[in-house]
Amino acid sequence: MAKVFERPKALTDKPFHYCPGCAHGIVHRLVAEVIDELGVQDKTIGVAPVGCAVFAYDYFNCDMHEASHGRAPAVATGIKRVHPDKVVFTYQGDGDLASIGLAEITHAATRGENFTTIFINNAIYGMTGGQMAPTTLLDQVTTTSPYGRSAEREGYPIKMSEMLATLEGACYIARVSVHDIKNITKAKRAIKKAFEMQLEGKGFALVEVLSTCPTNWGMNPIEAFEWLEENMIPYYPLGTFKEVE
Amino acid sequence: MAKVLMKGNEAIAEAAIQAGCRYFFGYPITPQNEIPAYMAKRLPKIGGTFIQAESEVSAINMVYGAAGAGARAMTSSSSPGISLKQEGISYIAGAELPCMIVNIVRGGPGLGSIQPAQSDYFQATKGGGHGDYHMVVLAPATLQEAVELVMEGFDIADQYRNPVMLLGDGMLGQMMEPVEFSTYEGRNLPPKIWATTGYDGSRERNIINSLYIDPKELEEHVQRIYKKYEEIKKNEVKVESYNCEDAQIIVAAYGTTSRIVKKVIQLGKEEGIAIGLIRPITLWPFPYDEFSKWADREHVKAFLSVEMSMGQMIEDVRLGVEGKKPVHFYGRTGGMVPHPDAILQQIKELRGDI
Repeated sequence: MAKVFERPKALTDKPFHYCPGCAHGIVHRLVAEVIDELGVQDKTIGVAPVGCAVFAYDYFNCDMHEASHGRAPAVATGIKRVHPDKVVFTYQGDGDLASIGLAEITHAATRGENFTTIFINNAIYGMTGGQMAPTTLLDQVTTTSPYGRSAEREGYPIKMSEMLATLEGACYIARVSVHDIKNITKAKRAIKKAFEMQLEGKGFALVEVLSTCPTNWGMNPIEAFEWLEENMIPYYPLGTFKEVE
Repeated sequence: MAKVLMKGNEAIAEAAIQAGCRYFFGYPITPQNEIPAYMAKRLPKIGGTFIQAESEVSAINMVYGAAGAGARAMTSSSSPGISLKQEGISYIAGAELPCMIVNIVRGGPGLGSIQPAQSDYFQATKGGGHGDYHMVVLAPATLQEAVELVMEGFDIADQYRNPVMLLGDGMLGQMMEPVEFSTYEGRNLPPKIWATTGYDGSRERNIINSLYIDPKELEEHVQRIYKKYEEIKKNEVKVESYNCEDAQIIVAAYGTTSRIVKKVIQLGKEEGIAIGLIRPITLWPFPYDEFSKWADREHVKAFLSVEMSMGQMIEDVRLGVEGKKPVHFYGRTGGMVPHPDAILQQIKELRGDI
């Protein structure tokens, strides 16, 4: 019988620890499929974050380096400068990338470091139990914005893709979503593009993936994808913000 | 190679290059700025990489990445900047990666001053960052020794897969002395089979990591690291004992301060006062046995720890002396440098008590 679906080679057979309905599994798979399709598994080095994806080194079937919170772009810079012929990527969440690691991601982008970043934006800190993230939407309730995020009290959610797209060193910045099949397909295309840009030596590439956190949003997975579509996409529009020729 | 006259910071940088370091990640802070400037000038011309990072935090994490990728990597800073690097140093120690960190110490706490100090002794030798770990801490007294310790330090780091700190001070960084680079013969080192170089199936995947979510596993990991520290303690202690044979008072001092104490020993001789010096060259591992040995001698009446701090190394001196003889302290801090006459005066007062 012909095999029509299998685990990508760039994923190990270790079962994901993610909560039921969490979209990290989808995005891990997309990244792994892209690594397989580009045939670069043997020269890929991934950098895992602090956050829900902290165990990413158990899942991506390549050499991995676990960074401290927010510092993945600095760690990736060190690796890529030592091995310019390898494929280096970071996988980071919104607390990691847009809060504690804002300086690292901004300066890696502006230096035009030739690696790829997958940025998971689910508008909340998942691992630590649902605190307010820099990307938490206005009125969104979290354990540290229990009355709903207010612009007066907590300030506004940060739009990373728009901000990073202003930097000369960034060669590809796109925001995608994984709330339905059509968008998952588009997300994979963007992730592939971001890796291809690195292979062509064009500079820093980032794909922001809008994602869900059913556990800390207090929703079932279907409600969570609906909430993403209805609330996140209007504030975080999908699209390509920068693409150099 | 002939001797060349160099500034301390530049000699340290050149020694790292001679030791094969091709990756340097820094951030401006006085009084160590000549190190990154020298690296920025030299490294691009010899196929290396210099990056002025966006912060000390980022610089040490670039070192973390480059060291994990198998390269000889280095960063330098001065006290407030070294404080910022502590998170990264803890991760590097936890993930057991080799690297060289240079601290050209200035006065503290806080923003402190830009003048020489030794007040980062605790931070350097007792941890600094979070968790159970140690760096090997090397404290040169001359620029020639700094050059040799930088070169050997990279080897020590590689041999034990552990971060090494060169602890200097603003005076050592800024002074000029003749140095020679061809004096150090490298050690025989194991290949870096653990580095992230790409997984092609010919070996297990290499994962650089310090996370052990199962406490039993973390305990085993830390215990294994501490077995390594026992080896380091056994093999790597360096100490100079000077003029101790007939000494009545033995002064403990390291780095720049030890040079001032040698002057004091000279002054003492002229007045018929027998003073010795024990100079720890490795601050971790600390030469406790050397202090214990001299404390047993009948002719030694007391110890005096002289530091450019309010008294930090003295705690290790006391551990070494084991209560066998009194241990006194004299120090200046905040960037003030002790004067030989003032140290001699302290010694005279001690003798009055004996």
